[in-house]
Amino acid sequence: MIAEAVRAKSPRQIDDGVIRNLGLVGVLIILVIIGIVTRPELYSDPTWVRNNVLTILQQASAIGVVTVGMTFVIIGGGIDLSVGAIIALSGVWATTLATQSYGAAGMIFTALVVGLAVGVVNGVLISYGKLVPFIATLAMLVSARGLAAQISGKQTQVSANATINDIASTKLIGIPLLVWILAAVVAAGWVLLNRTTFGRRTVAVGGNPEAARLAGINVKRHTLMLYALSGICCGIAAIMLTSQATSAQAAMANLYELDAIAAAIIGGTLLSGGRGTIVGALFGVLVFSTITNLFAINNLSTEVQNMVKGGIIVAAVLIQQFRYRSLTQLLKR
Amino acid sequence: MSALSRRRVLFGGAAVSAGALLTACTSNDPGTDAQVKTNSSGDANAAPGTKVVIGFSAPAADHGWIAAITNNAKAQAGAYTDVELKTVEAGADAAAQRAALATLIAQKPTVLVMLPHDGKELNATGLEAMRAGIPVVNLDRAFPSQAAYRLQIKGDNFGMGLAAGDYIGAQLKAKGVSNPIIGEIPGIDSLELTQERTQGFNTALAAYGFKVANRRPAEFTADSGQASATALLQALPKMDALWNHDDDQGIGVLAAIKQANRSEFFMVGGAGSKAAIDAISADNSVLKATVTYSPSMASSAISLARLIGQGKGLNDLVELQVPKQITLASETITKENAAKYAKLGF
Repeated sequence: MIAEAVRAKSPRQIDDGVIRNLGLVGVLIILVIIGIVTRPELYSDPTWVRNNVLTILQQASAIGVVTVGMTFVIIGGGIDLSVGAIIALSGVWATTLATQSYGAAGMIFTALVVGLAVGVVNGVLISYGKLVPFIATLAMLVSARGLAAQISGKQTQVSANATINDIASTKLIGIPLLVWILAAVVAAGWVLLNRTTFGRRTVAVGGNPEAARLAGINVKRHTLMLYALSGICCGIAAIMLTSQATSAQAAMANLYELDAIAAAIIGGTLLSGGRGTIVGALFGVLVFSTITNLFAINNLSTEVQNMVKGGIIVAAVLIQQFRYRSLTQLLKR
Repeated sequence: MSALSRRRVLFGGAAVSAGALLTACTSNDPGTDAQVKTNSSGDANAAPGTKVVIGFSAPAADHGWIAAITNNAKAQAGAYTDVELKTVEAGADAAAQRAALATLIAQKPTVLVMLPHDGKELNATGLEAMRAGIPVVNLDRAFPSQAAYRLQIKGDNFGMGLAAGDYIGAQLKAKGVSNPIIGEIPGIDSLELTQERTQGFNTALAAYGFKVANRRPAEFTADSGQASATALLQALPKMDALWNHDDDQGIGVLAAIKQANRSEFFMVGGAGSKAAIDAISADNSVLKATVTYSPSMASSAISLARLIGQGKGLNDLVELQVPKQITLASETITKENAAKYAKLGF
């Protein structure tokens, strides 16, 4: 177990991560080339290309923030199926007439605290209630959406707050604020995972919880904190989405859990825990966002798009397994 | 004593007060504006008659339109002194609704008004109620069997597309645009109603020799509308007209258009929400019209169920009984007539 932890830092393993990310960059480049070949007239306009890159990043921003939290949970050996529902609950709670009367700060505070609170409930159920993460977060998925529907009275709640609504259209140095938020969350996630004891412990807990416990890590508290982290990320995403749609409702962020898990997995995170990268997860999100864009500019149906997405997930995991197996065989020799 | 350390007290206090603050934040007075027919003085049918017990069941959906259906039914029933409304929660799916309706049928209401989760799946329940001597009013989602209902009242999905296409075609022709670029944002694409709307839209556009340049389905939610509209706007750097099937998702579509700083085209909505009608009459966005698919049909269904229960017909018709099928026309709301429709927005 300790050997495994050491191996995680060995240069060979890091090379493997870089290669995997390079693979995803390759996929991105291929997607862009397909775009250039199929719609040369669009790609010949530099303003359009610049706008397109920013649009892809902007559409990836909310789901990207969720994926960072999800990556931590999965590396820590868990899964969070409730992220979409937490976004809906946070978004709805933050846009009730009562919350809106407290202004933008009140709305942001509410979204973050609701996200955190639901994450903590998930964490307590899983680490102290000893529920399987799949079941606990599945139950949360259902009940959080239920509560969101209850609070909103099944209506779409329009945000009348100009500050919140402007988040989506604000640009700093020519780059949308939403993209800056994504960048900040990814950077914070990267530092947290790679440069702090919290990150090291996450990898240890996910790799082998018993070994981590024997090594003196408070596994239960750490697991709780991972779900709380995922909850906060959902709270941030809720504000971003509310701002983009200038409204919130119980059905928002539909199936975000699957997109976030898929992005984390094709980014090289092991579903069994103990291994994963934030940068890879970011590339995973960008690949999906670019596919959506590519299909839109070619007016292709979303059915085909979903099939392609599925194919990419399978291909990515197959390649990883192959690489991982050959690597372990190499090390055994 | 560590259990009472300052940190724990502070954390606990913060958690409790945040909790208290947040619970206060769930209050949400939407101020329901139901669509009720009240002013019926001089109408013989409006006079109180024999007491009618109406059973009502509609899906508990997460969409403004379905919410308005239930609100309207309740409000319309409340407007009559001789109507008692018995509602049952339809639950999450067809099976749950079937179970709920079995209980309702056992209570022997005079008439049953039902918006099924799925017309095909609830067909047998309709038949069962009819056989038990309870007339069924089938609301919006049609039963395949004609024996399963006494009255079917529904909106016109094909007609909605037709009306939207007609408006867009006429406007573009009047402007003299010869080869227009038209975008379309439908709702959930796998639904039959979405396909009917799109067929109607394409049929109307074809009459003008136009066709849809790009089509990005959303999911009837504002955030999916925003995402689809963003993708569509990116794909069509210049556009002449846009039809968005649903005003609820239209909140997100309009937000995306504003975020992308686009205004060279005009947009037509669908369903006829209050927000959309307000925006059309304010005339300060790209939204210039919407085609109705009004949840007011629930109010009408209750009124007609009452007449069926009392054995009365519609006054303006020769027939002594209420007709068997009513398909509402999809009306086009523009700036000119928006004031008239304002009270019908949901």
